[in-house]
Order: sequence, then structure tokens, then C-alpha cells
Amino acid sequence: MMEFARTALRYVPDALLPGTRPKPVRGQHGHVGEPVSRIDGALKVGGAARFAAEVKLDGMLYAALVHSTIAKGRIASIETAAAEQAPGVALVMTHRNAPRMKAPKGMMDGGGVAGSSLPVMQDATVHWNGEAVALVLAETQEQADHAAALVRVAYDPAPALTDFSVARGKAKRPDSVLMEPAAVTIGDAEKALAKAPHRVDRRYTTPRHNHNAIELHAATVAWDGDTLILHDATQMLNGTAGTMAGVFGIQPEQVRVLSPFVGGGFGGKGLWTHQILAAAAARLAGRPVRIMLSREGVYRLVGGRTLTEQRVAIGADAEGRFTALIHEGVAAMTAHNNCPEQFTFPARHLYAAGSFRLEQTIAEMDMLANTFMRAPGESVGTFALECAIDELAETMAVDPIELRRRNEPERDPTSGNAFSSRHLTKAFDDGAARFGWDRRDPVPGRRREGEWRIGMGVATATYPYLRMPGNAARIRIDAHGHATVSTAGHEMGMGTATVQAQHAADRLGLPLDSVTFEYGDSALPAGAMAGGSQQTVATLAAVTAAAEALIKELLRIAGNDSPLAGLRLADVVAVDGGLAQAGDPTRHERYASILARAGRDAVEAEAKAPLPLEMLKYSMHSTGAQFAEVAVSDVTGEVRVRRLLGSFDCGRILNPKAAASQFRGGIIMGLGLALTEETLFDARTGRVMNPSLAEYHVPVHMDVPEIDVIWTDLPDPHAPMGARGIGEIGITGVGAAIANAVYNATGTRVRDLPITLDKLL
Amino acid sequence: MDLTVNGKPVSAEVDIRTSLLDLLREHLDLPGTKKGCNQGACGACTVLVDGVRINSCLALAVQYQGRSITTVEGLADGDTLHPLQAAFIEHDGFQCGYCTPGQLCSAVGMADELARGVPSYVTDVLAADTLSLTHDELRERMSGNLCRCGAHNGIVAAIAATYGADRPAVSA
Repeated sequence: MMEFARTALRYVPDALLPGTRPKPVRGQHGHVGEPVSRIDGALKVGGAARFAAEVKLDGMLYAALVHSTIAKGRIASIETAAAEQAPGVALVMTHRNAPRMKAPKGMMDGGGVAGSSLPVMQDATVHWNGEAVALVLAETQEQADHAAALVRVAYDPAPALTDFSVARGKAKRPDSVLMEPAAVTIGDAEKALAKAPHRVDRRYTTPRHNHNAIELHAATVAWDGDTLILHDATQMLNGTAGTMAGVFGIQPEQVRVLSPFVGGGFGGKGLWTHQILAAAAARLAGRPVRIMLSREGVYRLVGGRTLTEQRVAIGADAEGRFTALIHEGVAAMTAHNNCPEQFTFPARHLYAAGSFRLEQTIAEMDMLANTFMRAPGESVGTFALECAIDELAETMAVDPIELRRRNEPERDPTSGNAFSSRHLTKAFDDGAARFGWDRRDPVPGRRREGEWRIGMGVATATYPYLRMPGNAARIRIDAHGHATVSTAGHEMGMGTATVQAQHAADRLGLPLDSVTFEYGDSALPAGAMAGGSQQTVATLAAVTAAAEALIKELLRIAGNDSPLAGLRLADVVAVDGGLAQAGDPTRHERYASILARAGRDAVEAEAKAPLPLEMLKYSMHSTGAQFAEVAVSDVTGEVRVRRLLGSFDCGRILNPKAAASQFRGGIIMGLGLALTEETLFDARTGRVMNPSLAEYHVPVHMDVPEIDVIWTDLPDPHAPMGARGIGEIGITGVGAAIANAVYNATGTRVRDLPITLDKLL
Repeated sequence: MDLTVNGKPVSAEVDIRTSLLDLLREHLDLPGTKKGCNQGACGACTVLVDGVRINSCLALAVQYQGRSITTVEGLADGDTLHPLQAAFIEHDGFQCGYCTPGQLCSAVGMADELARGVPSYVTDVLAADTLSLTHDELRERMSGNLCRCGAHNGIVAAIAATYGADRPAVSA
């Protein structure tokens, strides 16, 4: 269906397609593009920003959980008497007394956003190792924790599929991969590969990862009759409200989700079982409930990135032009979620090739549902693809950047659509010059400083442009000319509040301090999910539409005595705190004046973002070049990353300060992916073995060098404000750039992440 | 029990199991100090006890009778931000803001340790009279404070701008 729409829309002029020609700011300029410091900065450095577990409600009880210790089977017996009699305990909830609830609608399942579509605590069935089997409520957290330790559970285990090496033998092709076909075949790639004068054919693996946002998942919930108030840490306010409403059999308007601050998300702050359990327990107990997962609890109840096993094979002619590009493999998933880790997506859009075979399959396992984690698919898919290109470049004795240049496509190589804007070659050129790529010795292992061998590596970064439909914004201007822009958006550190205020100020011709951006509350107009790197552009599109509606309304109420009398939307620009005729600044009236004459306290307008048809007509992707320099110890095999540079083509950059931090943040998560991060999963028991920040190693200060980030800043004519979204591309390509640098330093190819010491000794 | 928090005397009746972190967050309405792991691995709960940085999640509240605790809420001087807080904003030393209170308190304590000549793993001359805040010293000494958004460069820049050798001295 998507393929058909893409082909058909290719021939429809932009003027007829909503979304393809976003409206520029025409009056005031000056805020967008400036490195404005975060508007919420003072709250965060002062400790005054209130997160989900920091809302206090009268009569609130604290929750603690008991987790299953088997991967599959039934609860044979569950003894709760000791816990119920423990001091301070108000409720012990198990499947025996939990309220009847519908199973939550899962992500990609008709508007649902739950991480899994399994029913929550409805019967004695155990679905994964670590599932919550009991919840205790008590007056204090200490009392709840103690009582939870008194619950005794006996199980009847059933055979569970927890070994990936077994599960992969039963892998199957899904119907689709995030609404795209699971397999793309152009020509006969295997045949072309066999005939190619140059080829590489390799297998790569990537392990499970966990998001490990520093804020623990938490919720503070209360019922007011049949209305549920959920103070949550979420990147999907409206979806959570709708899905929770479905679980409890109430209307979406009866669930209010508030989440003004989110202590890191990266895909993990979604709707999992803990919010549902807390709301159920609050209903049973008749009192508000606070639940804050332990760090181990996060590993048991909130899914992470799944593992992948990938094959990349590339055939090239004598000049290095790809004649065959094969990227295939398998990822583990469950029967009750839909997150296939789309690792074949980069190869669908990055390189021209004479033939393609891109196919991924799913191996179902009995485990906690895996989920979306920063650049799902692209993060680990670029590891395999970009390492393989490096391997091919070496066999051909061609510089790896030059090899990529020779395969730069004119159009999207698999859909055939035009790129909306693509400057990957410039990103490579700019990055190579700044990084000093010409100083790289193409022969591995020759550069040495004492015990350290030094190497440089490069890889392509890529992440698609996305704009989901359905979000809206409201703008209200008061009698003083102050604007409040409202949408149920999310601030988990991307700089949402700051960047949206910058845009609204320019859009409305106001100084920055005359704009308030209101977000983090599902009662506001429907917001854009903070996922897929799309919240910023989706919100820009809605605010642009709302500003137009507002200006129309202002012109309507301005009346015949206004200097604006008779002017229509297309005639005016917003500037100097009001509206003016385009090209004639003398015909200007301030908002305060318009409202005063009309006798109004305020004027407001709400509008939806246009349908995102630009995504179907054009191939829209951000790209970039990642450069790494590493030192590898001969003695210990330790890898130290000395320098990193990311050179990105992501359209226009709206706030260079916040953008640089987003890019660096992604790159640092990529550094962890390359060298240290792995969620260890016991194939015998299906239990995560390192559920803590002491045993799952995220990069620390000493691991992180100063990271250089540059960008083309070339606006995408088909994206709102020319911007394509930057939240996830930073992590892509980093694993390969570091692995390629390690190879350049040592001559050892590590194709199985993470690149730990043992693999280099 | 009685103790001083951010310069003010406070009294509290606490469960002997209550951590200093939970005393602050749940009993004294000071949730600026964050809980990220509750097992001493992330540093989000870092506070200053008589000027020395500790992980408050690993400290039982009852052990701190009579001590003086400084949390992130106590760093500013009224409405005037501590220079380090201002530097965090200027250098974008945070994104989500959750590890930030711990990073701030840890950096204040770290600067004091350096001034007192406490060596670190990367200090070359352990008996040196004065230590300087090199890039490596700073990063090594701050490595107990995790940041998952990846604001490391901004955090290091903010601390260096506040406490670096070539910067004006700032009282901790």
C-alpha cells in the first residue's frame, strides 16, 4: 500500500499535496537558528523541575513489586498473608484480586502504545522471567519493599524458548516491518554477487541493549471517580491516555497524563505494565499510588533493544560500483509485541546498486517484549553495513570514503523517489577535512605510540525523516500581546520547550520572552509522540497551522479602523509584536492594540498539522559521516576512543547549542554500543543477568573524549522550517566507525559487538 | 533526629531503614536530589555532607544526626545561581536534567578534594603540593556520575570554566 502511494504521489505536483511545501517564516527572523540556552535550565540546575515520582498526593501509598523467576508457566501458589500482615501494608494485589482489565493495545496495533499487548496480571500465566506477579502497597516505601519480600510464589514451569540459537532456527518473515515490506528484492543479487570481481560476504552480530535513562520509570496515579490522573514519565502522552482508557474501559478524555519533565527516554519511556498495575492498585485501595521501579525492576519490566544476527554481502565491479547489495538477518522478538529492529532499512536508501536483496526475519522467544531504542534498526544495521563497506574498500585498496562516493545514488535506490534533500557527499568532505582523514594510514597496525596502536575509521550515519499525522497546537494571545503555544509535547532533554518557543516567537513576530510554550499534559491539543526523531518537526507543522488560523482570526476582529483593514492572511507578516502588510511596514498594528480595539482579553486558535504526504512523495532521510580515532593497548586489548567527529546533513539546524548536544548524546550512546554495552541474557532461564548500572556499562566521563560535531545546515525544502529531526542519527554509524578504527589500528576485525578486550587479545 | 539541610536546622522522625536520599526526597520535600539506581552506581543522588560528596542512596539517614547536608536546592545564593549552575546552563551541561543535581554537587565536592590535594587514579605525582584540574583529572574524578543523555562534553566544559586552573577562584 505504501509502495503504491509512493509511486502514485511521485506524479502529483507539490501544490496539491499537504505537507510538501511547508510555510516559511516571512516576517521576523532572529530566534530560529540561534544557540539559545535552555529555557528550563534554571529549573533543572536548581533541582526545581518536578519529575513523575516527585508529585506528592494526599494519602498516597507506595508500591513494590514481586517479579517472576521463571520464563513461562503458571503460578501454582502465591502466599500473601505474611505480607498483608506486615506493618503499614494496605494492599497486596495478585492475579486473584486484581481488577478485570482489558489487554492493552500494543505499539503498531491500531493506535495503542503499550510495549506489549499481553493482559496484565489477569490470570496465573507467567509470560517472561521478571514479569510482575504481585504488587504491595504500603504507607512507606520501606514497608512496601519489606512486605514484597515476604510474598512466597511457587510455579509450575512450562518449557520456554529462551535460547536464541534455537529460536533462530524457527525464524519467520513478518508480514511487514514497520509498515514497510519485510523483503525488498531488485534483480538477482546472489547471482550478481557470485559474478562480481570484488566481493565481501560477512556475518555480524549485535547484542541486547537497555536504554538506561537515569530517571527510573515512575508514575504517581490517582482516581477521581472514573477519571484517572497519571503523573508519568512518558514520551507518548496521548497514546498513553488512549491505551490506558482502553485497559480500564473508560474514554480517553477520562485519562489525564501529565509529564512535564522526563529524565531521559531514548525509546524506553513508554507504556509498560507498571503504570497499569499502579492504576489498578490505586483503584482497589481507593487511594493514590506512587510506583518507582528499582533499577533491576526497569530491566525486568521495560524492554530494551533486541539482539540481531546480520549478513551483509556486497559485490562490486572493477571501478567499485556495487552490483549486488545483500543485507539480511534475524532479530529476536516476542509474539506479543511488534518491534522488528529494522536493521535492513539503511541499505534501502543509502547506496546505488545493480541488484538488492534486503530481508529480515523474526525469531520469537519467551522473554520481555523488546522495544524501540534510539535509532532502532539504523543503529545496529549501520554497524553491519558500514563495516562491510570498509571490508570491501580494503580488499579493493580504495579509500572507504571514495568507495561510498562511487555509489552515491541519484534517486532513492529502492523506492525510485527523488530525495527531498541529500548532501551526504558534502558531509563526508567537510568531515574528512576537519578530522584530518588524509593522515590515516590505510595499512592497519602501522601507527603506534608506545603500547598503543592508533587507528582511524569512518562510517555513514543515516536516519529517516518522519512526521506522524494527527497532532495539533493552540495559540492564545492575551491583551498584553503575550502568546501561549500549547500542545501535548514532551521534554526529555531534546530542547523541545526552547526550540518551539524560538520558532513561535519568529512565527508570531514576538520577542522570546513574550512566548510561553505549554506542553507535557494530555489535556492540551494532541501532541506529537517523542519518537522517530519527529516531535520537533511535527510540532513546528502544527504551530505553523495554528499561527495561520490565529492570524486569520486577528484580521477578522481587527475591523475597519485598523491599519490592517481589508488585508488577508496572504497579505500580512507577523512582525514587531503584531501584524503588518508585507512590504509596507507602516500598515502595522500590535496584537495588544488589535485586542484592545476589539474589546477582547485574548484571542486563540487551534489547528492540526497538515497530512505528512511529503514523506510519501519524497525519499526523506538525514545522513552523516562519523569519524573515529582509537588507541588499542597491546598489553590489555583495551580500546580508548581518542577523537570523534560527526558531520551531519539534517536540514536546517534550529538551535545549534541544543542540536550539538543531541548529536553528541547520540554519538556517546554509539560509543557505548561499540565498546561496552550489552544486556546479558541467560539462555537457560531467560533472565537478564546484569540488571544494574554497575554491571551494564554505559560510557562514563573518562570514556568520552571531546566530540566535534558539524552540519551542512542546508534546509530541506519539504520539511517544516527545513528541519529533518536530529534525535537519533547521532548513534548511527558510530559502532562501525569505531570498529573500522579498531581494525585500522590492529588489523583485527571484530564483527560481534561490543568490542571488548577479550576479542582483541 | 536533627540535622542541618541547606543551612537550616531540621528535625525528622525516620524509619531506621530510610536512606538519606529518601529522607530528603520523601520526608523533607527536597526531591532535587535524584534516585537513579539506589545502589551507588550512578551518582544521581550525590549530596555534600559537611562539604564532602557522598552517594546519599547508600547512606542511612540516622547516621547523619547533627551533620550538615547540602543538596542541589542549597547551592544557589537566594535567586543568584551558583557559578557552576550558571555554567551548566551556558555550556549546555545537561539535557533531561535528571543526573544534573548529582553532577553539580559532585563537582562542588570534587573541586574541594582537589584543593585539599586528594589525588586520583590519574594523578602523576601523588605527593604534589598542588593539583591542577586537567581534562583527565576532571573526567576521572567525575566518572562516578553517569549521564545517559550524553551531556559529558558540556558538563566537563562547565566544570572547567568554573574551577579550571586559568579561571578565577570560586568558593565551593
